[in-house]
Amino acid sequence: MVQFTLPKNSKIRVGKTWPKPEGKNVRKFQIYRWDPDTGENPRVDTYFLDMDKCGPMVLDALIKIKNEVDPTLTFRRSCREGICGSCAMNIDGINTLACIYGLDEIKGDVKIYPLPHMPVVKDLIPDLTHFYAQHASIMPWLETKTNRPAKEWRQSIEDRKKLDGLYECVMCASCSTSCPSYWWNGDKYLGPAALLHAYRWIIDSRDEATGERLDNLEDPFKLYRCHTIMNCAKTCPKGLNPAKAIAEIKRMMINRHV
Amino acid sequence: MAEVKRVERPLSPHLQIYRPQLTSFTSILTRITGNALIVGVLLAVWWLLAAATSPAYFEMANAVATSWFGDLIFTLSAWALWYHYLAGLRHLYFDAGKGLDIETAEKLGMGMIVGSVVLTIITLILV
Repeated sequence: MVQFTLPKNSKIRVGKTWPKPEGKNVRKFQIYRWDPDTGENPRVDTYFLDMDKCGPMVLDALIKIKNEVDPTLTFRRSCREGICGSCAMNIDGINTLACIYGLDEIKGDVKIYPLPHMPVVKDLIPDLTHFYAQHASIMPWLETKTNRPAKEWRQSIEDRKKLDGLYECVMCASCSTSCPSYWWNGDKYLGPAALLHAYRWIIDSRDEATGERLDNLEDPFKLYRCHTIMNCAKTCPKGLNPAKAIAEIKRMMINRHV
Repeated sequence: MAEVKRVERPLSPHLQIYRPQLTSFTSILTRITGNALIVGVLLAVWWLLAAATSPAYFEMANAVATSWFGDLIFTLSAWALWYHYLAGLRHLYFDAGKGLDIETAEKLGMGMIVGSVVLTIITLILV
């Protein structure tokens, strides 16, 4: 259901302001914090960094804060090159990967929150359990019925090209958590990421379970809560277009009934 | 194993922090105009019912409908109708799997906003 306000335990308080360093090029960071051990409400802490001594990406700034200012600041990160999807968060009002989002792309103070409308584990870490379960529900693997070929399952160059723009998804959850429909109905609506993956297997020329896959999605909530708001495509840090993939699934649904 | 402490996790902020996008704005406006038009239609029905009830009652309803307030409601309704209509056309186009790249979708969105205002002005001139 639509909720315009946050639950009582989620309301954000003003947090701590950390010391300001010397330097001409100091920038302000406002970062969402929540510590499960204190039992207190979330807060927004204010940090300052000397940008002349900081790397170019948002993740560089976060690591610098953790190393030099506040070691309790908690976030996920791994590859620092946009391929693992771990450091997805809400930066400057949109969802993206901290490691490939440049600090120079942000005007004014840098505001960082966890991915929107998710249960928070700690600070910038959302609980993605349900998101992953939805991905698993679309059977993200090759389903075949014919006998296994002696070597690999072959695919023509043209058929392989159909997977471009789909296989690059790193499951960072930026798109799903940018989607108002997913915010209000995320318990039943699969969301852009899972549906993009669903389409990736539906149009794979080697897959032999297209009918079952479509049956599984033929549901007022799982698929049809997409209202083409397009926040997903707009925010995807990999430049993919889940809205287009979902529209193609809807088209296939119609085409198999006429 | 350590004792598992159950904590109620907070919900991360959403509407409060997400930057509005042109595509999300045009989408929610479709819903708002659609719902507002229900109210507009109810007012038009009330005017017709008044005409069928009695001359005195119609005079009262007609005075409201032709006042500056009535004009404002009907102007806004005309705009809402045009906007909702253009949004419907865009949805048909989207459903054909077309115009879904960000650039085209945003152009169509701007087209809906500008187009609905222009069509409303034309309507006002003609009616």
